[in-house]
Amino acid sequence: MAFTLYTLIQTAILCTNAVAVLHEERFLSKIGWGVDQGVGGFGDDPGVKAQVLNLIRSVRTVMRVPLIIVNSACIVLLLLFG
Amino acid sequence: MDLPHHGYRATKPRARAAPPTADSVLFEDTSSAAPAMNSQGYYTPGYNMGAPTSDMQAGTGVDNLFTDPMANAAMMYGSSLANQGKDMVNKEISRFMSVNKLKYFFAVDTRYVLKKLMILMFPYTHQDWEVRYHRDTPLPPRQDVNAPDLYIPTMAFITYILLAGMALGIQKRFSPEVLGLCASTALVWVVIEVLVMLLSLYLLTVHSDLSTFDLIAYSGYKYVGMIFTVLCGLLFGSDGYFVALAWSSCALMFFIVRSLKMKILPSLSSDSMGTGSSAKPQFRLYITVATAVFQPIIIYWLTSHLIR
Repeated sequence: MAFTLYTLIQTAILCTNAVAVLHEERFLSKIGWGVDQGVGGFGDDPGVKAQVLNLIRSVRTVMRVPLIIVNSACIVLLLLFG
Repeated sequence: MDLPHHGYRATKPRARAAPPTADSVLFEDTSSAAPAMNSQGYYTPGYNMGAPTSDMQAGTGVDNLFTDPMANAAMMYGSSLANQGKDMVNKEISRFMSVNKLKYFFAVDTRYVLKKLMILMFPYTHQDWEVRYHRDTPLPPRQDVNAPDLYIPTMAFITYILLAGMALGIQKRFSPEVLGLCASTALVWVVIEVLVMLLSLYLLTVHSDLSTFDLIAYSGYKYVGMIFTVLCGLLFGSDGYFVALAWSSCALMFFIVRSLKMKILPSLSSDSMGTGSSAKPQFRLYITVATAVFQPIIIYWLTSHLIR
């Protein structure tokens, strides 16, 4: 399996896109992964599920605008250069 | 000729206005003394006696160059321009990563490198695996053989790429694109491994003091094993390759488990809460063992195509 740096960038963009399109109220709440269901235990150890939900929410918040820019750039480049 | 060289050396110590005083005394910044000492026959970091004498010699031999005002002015302008460029680059880079933290990982010397390579290949007799601290800051690799460094991984990575090129050349399968492909594949696997480690450490809320550079360092130590394996495969054929693979895999697994055990599995007296911590030592052990088991797999994956 030969990886190029371009493959790595492509993988990163696709994975971040996949995490960013998980909609809060249409999908995550339905399967019990909503924002209000994450903060369960008060203590020093949140647990795996709370960490995962936190991660998804922060990726959505932080990466929304940069992903728009990067995806538009990718679309333009792929249209031009195939 | 000697003259331009002396002129270069005369301006170099003057152009570096003040060595960065923000560094702690633990890592003596010998970079400002190094260019003046390069023409001496030996390399001793920390000896500053060589620098003033070479400055004197450079000063007396270069007078007739400086009496020419045009060359003088041009050299001043050039050095000030270079300084501005250097400051700008430093400012940009320090926005992304702290250069001081990176300097810590490259503060190595020959004795450390030799001892570390021996530990990587034969870790079974090493007794004390604790990373020593000095008032809450970890000691640099020069003074503590257990500290992770980035010099060995970087050099081992480059050596591995060169060795891969040589191995492919011996089998007449070489072309320059293959070299670049090999390099980027190895780099991507390091990045993947570091990201997976960071993700698992975050998800299981392991409060360790492993920074990203530490993880890159521990991931990069497998290149030493890879180099040894490929060399044995080239010298002794397929049998030598598998023997070396087994040896370096065991050594590396032992090394990783012993090193990470100190950092990931902390002293249980600090967080001995009853409720949440029953699952946590288990998961931390899983992380350590998974990291260790991943090393032989990736060594085999990245080197088997070089030894047919």
